[in-house]
Amino acid sequence: METEVKTKTATGAHTMAQNADGSPMTAEQKQPTVKMSARDLNLWYGDTQALYDINLDCYSREVTALIGPSGCGKSTFLRCLNRMNDLIPQVRLQGDVTLDGEDIYDHSVDVVQLRTFIGMVFQKPNPFPKSIYENIAYAPRLHGTGTSRSELDDLVESSLKRAGLWNEVADRLDTPGTELSGGQQQRLCIARAIAVNPEVILMDEPASALDPLATATVEALIHELKDNYTIVIVTHNLQQAARVAGYTAFFHMGKVVEFNDTDTLFTNPKEQRTEDYITGRFG
Amino acid sequence: MQRRLTGSANDPRIKARYRGEKRFKAYTVTALFVAFAIIIAFFTDIISQGYTAFWRTEVNVTIDYNERAERIGRFALAEDMREIVSRGAVRSIPLDIRNNPELAGTTRQEWVPTYSRIDQYFKGNEELPPEMAAQVEELMEAGVIRTTFNWAFFTAGDSKLPELAGIFSAVVGSIFVLFVTLIFAFPIGVMSAIYLEEFAPDNKLTQLIEVNINNLAAVPSIIFGLLGLAVFINTFGAPRSSALVGGLTLGLMTLPIIIISTRAALRAVPDPIRLGAFAMGCSRWQVVRDHVLPLSLPGILTGTIIGLAQAMGETAPLIIVGMIAYIPEAPGSIFESATVLPAQIFTWASEPRKAFVEKTAAGIIVLLAVLLTLNAAAVFLRRKFERRW
Repeated sequence: METEVKTKTATGAHTMAQNADGSPMTAEQKQPTVKMSARDLNLWYGDTQALYDINLDCYSREVTALIGPSGCGKSTFLRCLNRMNDLIPQVRLQGDVTLDGEDIYDHSVDVVQLRTFIGMVFQKPNPFPKSIYENIAYAPRLHGTGTSRSELDDLVESSLKRAGLWNEVADRLDTPGTELSGGQQQRLCIARAIAVNPEVILMDEPASALDPLATATVEALIHELKDNYTIVIVTHNLQQAARVAGYTAFFHMGKVVEFNDTDTLFTNPKEQRTEDYITGRFG
Repeated sequence: MQRRLTGSANDPRIKARYRGEKRFKAYTVTALFVAFAIIIAFFTDIISQGYTAFWRTEVNVTIDYNERAERIGRFALAEDMREIVSRGAVRSIPLDIRNNPELAGTTRQEWVPTYSRIDQYFKGNEELPPEMAAQVEELMEAGVIRTTFNWAFFTAGDSKLPELAGIFSAVVGSIFVLFVTLIFAFPIGVMSAIYLEEFAPDNKLTQLIEVNINNLAAVPSIIFGLLGLAVFINTFGAPRSSALVGGLTLGLMTLPIIIISTRAALRAVPDPIRLGAFAMGCSRWQVVRDHVLPLSLPGILTGTIIGLAQAMGETAPLIIVGMIAYIPEAPGSIFESATVLPAQIFTWASEPRKAFVEKTAAGIIVLLAVLLTLNAAAVFLRRKFERRW
C-alpha cells in the first residue's frame, strides 16, 4: 500500500522536482538553502505584544517544527508567513518576512498571489462542503492554472495521489468532502493545498484533531512531501516534531528560545527552558 | 444497617419541595392548555363562519334577450324570478346584448347567482319574508335552485353585491405589492448584510449602523406607512394607492428583517471555511461568492420568506398610503390603484350587511392558508438545507 502510493507520487511529482529558480534539482544538492526567513519580527494584537524579535529561517525542502506551550506565539508566527494575520483587525507588525529573499509585506506584494506560493493546512480539517473533486479543482480553476476538464482531472488525480488519498477516494470523487473520515479530510485539505502548486506548506497542528492511526498516515505524508515542498508545522506533540521535522524551533512567551536541527534540540538543548519543556517540566 | 436513603420521604421539607414542583408544572401545563384552547377556538370560529362563503346558491333561469331587455335587464326574466336573481346578474344582461348582438331575440337557459339574502337564507344565516321563503323552498325542491362551489369568490374582484364579491383583485394586488417588496428589499437587504458581516471594519460607525438597523425592526409598522406617504407619494410623486408605493413601504419595513436574518445566516457559516478559502488565495469577494453565500442561501431565503409573510399580513402602513380603496377590477400594473388581501378583509369587516360576515371570515381563511404555506416553506427550507458543523 505504502510503496504503491510512493511510486505514484513520484510520477505525479515531476513538475515539482526543481529548485525555486527552475533549475532541476540534483541528488547531491543537500546543502540547505533558506526558503523563508523572519528578521526582527514583532507583532501586536492591539496593545498586547504577541511576538518579540523573532529571527527564524525555514530551509528549502525541509520540515521546520514550531513547538512550545499554548499561547507562546507559534501559531501567530505561522500565520505571519502567509499573511493570514491580515484578516485579524488590530494586528500590527514590525520587521521582515521574506520568501526567497523577497519581502512578503512589501506594498507591491499581492496577498492573493502570495498565498498561491504558500499553502496552509489548518488544525481542524476544513474541506469545503463540496465534492472531493471540487475541493481540489476549485483553486486551480480560480487561479486559471487548470482550465480544461482533462487538465483538471489530471490535477485532481495527481494531487490526491501525492496526498496519499487517491486509492481511497478514486471511485467516489463526487461525494462531499465533508463525508470523509477526519484523517481523510485532513489529507484532502493537504491535497487541496498541493493543487495550487505552492512552494511552502504551512501546517497548524494538522494532526491534533486526528486519532493515532490517522496521525501516523498524515506524518508519513509530511515525510514524503518534504522532498518537494518546504514545510513549516506547528505542533503540540513533541514526539511528532521529533519524528517529522529536520529543524525545530522552541517558542516561549512570544520569543524563539532555541532553534536548531531537531536531533540537537531534543538531545542536547542549550537553553534550560528548552530542556525543561521537552522533558515535561512545564507546558 | 442504617437506611439513609429511604427515610427522607416523610421529611416535611422534601414533601413541600415536591408539592412546589408539582404546582409549578401544573401552572405551565395550564398555560399551554389555555394558549392552545384559544388557538383552537379562533380557528373553529373563523372556519365555521367562513366556510359557507366557498358555496353559493344559483338559480336556473330562462333569459330572454328581447328588445326591452336591451335597455333594462329585468325584462329578460320571468316575473316571478326577478326578485330571486342577483341584481348583478340582471344588470349585465343589456351589456351582454351590446357586446354580442347575435344574442338579440334568442333565449338561453342559464345558472345565475341568486340574490344574496336568498343565499344567506339557505346557509341559515338570515330569514326571508314567508311567501318568498316558500317560493325558494319550492324552487329548491324542483331543482331550479342549487348550491355549487363558489368559484367566483376566487375569480371575481370586490363588489358592492356580496353574492358577486371575490378576492381576486386583492390577491393580484397582494402579489404585485409583494413583488415590489421583494425586488426592493431583497437585494438591498442581502447586500447590506454582506457588507456589514464580511467587509465592514468593526468600528463605532458600523456599530451605530448595526444598533439602528436592530431598532428599525422594532419600529411600529404605521410609522413606515407615514414614511412611505411622505417620501414616495409626496416627495417622489408616485401614484397613490398603487402597488408600487405599497410595495416600497412594506419593503422599508421588511429591510431590517432581511438584513438581520441574512447576517445571522452569514455568521452561521464557520470561520474555518473562510480561512481555508483565504489560504487558497481567494479574494474576499471570491470567498463570499463561492463559499459563504452558497452555504448561507437557505438561511437567507428562510429569513426573506418570513419577512415577506409578515409584509403580506400588514395592513396599517398600506391604509396610510391609500391601499384601502374599493377595487372591483384587478390592477393591470404596479402603477394602478390596488388593494391587498388584509385590506380587503378590513373593508369587508366594516360592511354592515350579514352576507359580508362570511366573506370576511373566508378572506381570513385564505390569508391564513397562504401565510401558513409561506411559513411551512420557510421551515421546510431550513430543515432540508440546515447544516450542522
